Amino acid sequence: MGSLTASDSQRQEIELARQLVAGEPGAFERFVELFRKKVFQYSLLVCGHHEDAEEVAQDALFKVFEKLDQLREPERIRPWVFRIARNACLMKRRKSVFAPERELSLDELMPQATEDGGQRRLEIADWSSLPESQALRAELQRVVQEAIQELPEIYKTVLLLRDMEGLSTAETAEVLGVSEEVVKTRLHRARLAVRQKLDGYLRSSPASLREKAN
Amino acid sequence: MPTGLHHHGEECRRIFALLSEYLDAELPAETCDEIEAHLSDCPPCLEFLESLRRTVELCRTFQPGEMPGPLSEQVRSELRQLYEKALRGTTGGCPG
Repeated sequence: MGSLTASDSQRQEIELARQLVAGEPGAFERFVELFRKKVFQYSLLVCGHHEDAEEVAQDALFKVFEKLDQLREPERIRPWVFRIARNACLMKRRKSVFAPERELSLDELMPQATEDGGQRRLEIADWSSLPESQALRAELQRVVQEAIQELPEIYKTVLLLRDMEGLSTAETAEVLGVSEEVVKTRLHRARLAVRQKLDGYLRSSPASLREKAN
Repeated sequence: MPTGLHHHGEECRRIFALLSEYLDAELPAETCDEIEAHLSDCPPCLEFLESLRRTVELCRTFQPGEMPGPLSEQVRSELRQLYEKALRGTTGGCPG
């Protein structure tokens, strides 16, 4: 039943890293363009401020090129760059005050169940018949954005590295300096929290969207 | 529709904790078999899995924010100098 697979973009990034370390023409420009964007998105999620993220992304790129001769395996380019980005974010955050992380519990993310005629039902929206309309998709993406921004940082960084950047569990664990089990736990709770927010939206959405969904 | 099989909430709870690993194909085959056996008999859990799968699809397209403008020429030039230095510091231009 439908597992999720990584995209070809990961292989292209590894190939770009090979070209970069081999000094091939054009590789530098393409690498800067692509990885500046990735590091900026990561930094923005962690730092929360556009200016800080821009500065961190720039600092991280300098570190990447300062340390490029330490990149022994181009196929590890993504965890290697994100590790540098994470350290750049931590350096930035040391200069500012931040709140302690809040843990999400599995219990708070489980849907409520009710008994109906002897049968157990979950109090969730009907996701199976959601239309693929552009308008609904755009609206859901807006809700996803809000939900992710509200997540404690330890969850949103895992979500970004795993679901948006497509890093493996092992690579994400390496970037964040935690165990693979911790990555799995945080990823699941992050997804559940976003799902819960989306579900709440779908159940209370305007009539026009509900009609489209039914 | 549900067929009266949803009284085993503990099993649903156990499955609930594994659904992301199931979607990511990170579970052993026997655990997948257990989950699929449960899902085939538990429409609420199957429905929940579908909602989680669609959530992950939406998360994959998420972008935290708009990119800033292009790098300044000075920064780009400094980065290129570091890059060329790194290349010179490697044997035959192939640091791998």
